[in-house]
Amino acid sequence: MSHHNRKIWAFRRENGRVGVRNHVAILPVDDISNAACEAVANNIKGTIALPHAYGRLQFGADLDLHFRTMIGTGSNPNVAACIVIGIEPGWTQRIVDGIAKTGKPVAGFWIEGNGDIATVAAASRKAKEFVHQTSGQVRVECDISELWVAAKCGESDTTTGLASCPTVGNMYDKLIPHGLYGCFGETSELTGAEHLAAARAATPEVREKFMKTWQAYQDDVIEANKTSDLSESQPTKGNIAGGLTTIEEKALGNLEKIGKKVKFIDVLEPAEAPARGQGLYFMDTSSAAAECCTLQAAAGYVVHIFPTGQGNVIGNPIMPVIKVTGNPRTVRLMPEHVDVDVSGVVRREMTIDQAGDALIDCIEQTANGRLTAAEALGHVEFVMTKLYRSA
Amino acid sequence: MSVPQLLVHDRKDNVGVVVVEGLKAGTDMLCVVTEDNSDFRLTARHDVPIGHKVALVDLAVGDTVTKYGQDIGRIVAPVAKGEHVHVHNLKTKRW
Repeated sequence: MSHHNRKIWAFRRENGRVGVRNHVAILPVDDISNAACEAVANNIKGTIALPHAYGRLQFGADLDLHFRTMIGTGSNPNVAACIVIGIEPGWTQRIVDGIAKTGKPVAGFWIEGNGDIATVAAASRKAKEFVHQTSGQVRVECDISELWVAAKCGESDTTTGLASCPTVGNMYDKLIPHGLYGCFGETSELTGAEHLAAARAATPEVREKFMKTWQAYQDDVIEANKTSDLSESQPTKGNIAGGLTTIEEKALGNLEKIGKKVKFIDVLEPAEAPARGQGLYFMDTSSAAAECCTLQAAAGYVVHIFPTGQGNVIGNPIMPVIKVTGNPRTVRLMPEHVDVDVSGVVRREMTIDQAGDALIDCIEQTANGRLTAAEALGHVEFVMTKLYRSA
Repeated sequence: MSVPQLLVHDRKDNVGVVVVEGLKAGTDMLCVVTEDNSDFRLTARHDVPIGHKVALVDLAVGDTVTKYGQDIGRIVAPVAKGEHVHVHNLKTKRW
């Protein structure tokens, strides 16, 4: 059947974006407001707190990234309404104002001069109001191609390059021409395949931006800090156990995620929202699963596809993460983590085209409300990226 | 088609990937090249875990290992055709 005609039942937000979950998020501005946020989420059912480790004494580009991640997370279409709690009013209001641009319900609270107990009481009353305002919202019919679907692989092995990553690529080749927004990242993990990635840039300008971003990661992060050839870090111990030997081999498998045809149309800063319309985007991210997923969710992606070989169990609090594996051993040993089993590909019982269709089926079901394995198992990894030490 | 023991991405590759569990030395492997669905046979010289690589030809120190038709590193200890290729005999050219 034609993929772009597929319909999903989802939430149409005030700004026109399509969300597939209806969270009331309780967002801390900073680490010391986690306790208040978790207390509110404990008081009011149907809400979710997003505790994290940062937000104090950051500056420059690192502070910009903090605000971009906070505002982007609250603005994500999977979030119906948002409570923001910080230690003081200034940065709290800045985040509230950023999220308010989407038109969704948002309110800020601060602890200094009030204490945790009064802050939690006031924020809980507002959170309950938001739950009642949003929990009765009815899903409406949307096109599957209106989704923003990000991808990142983890605990990769040689089967990810053979089966699960090409499955994601097949899905992108089928849906992106019809309007889907795609996103891949993992800057360091393209090392060895950077020339192939660069060749997939839509224009010479985008190609140059990509190579500059990749080179900066090599120079500023890897070369500046490495103490060895990164064996056991890139590839990881898990990658090596799964048969991957070198970063080049890992990168070539990783890049299979972007398919055979689509070209990427821009290079995004971490957590930057795409602004050039429908298409595939590259985002400058770490290759650590939770960091990358958190940045992609903050950029506005509402569904995530996560190919894994050895069985990474990652989830995200606001964005459903769909696990795809082509490793028959992982399917046998960790079935509760697998949403889409494409191990038939390595047995030559399933083509990549069929695997891509199975993934599109799962995206449709997930968008309609089916919980992913990671959601059912309670995986809510929310991990902010930090660029350097605080002041 | 029967289930292969070894998959090879590209005709230019000099390694393939074991895709079955519990592969034993001496197994006469059905090897399939995913690029064009062509096949050949190769005898495994080691017990090789699922996901790990096997040399399709003899490889000498300094040789480039090719997978996906691309350079994935250099050989640092000699490997014979049918033997296990991994961190003990293959290293990155980067970093």
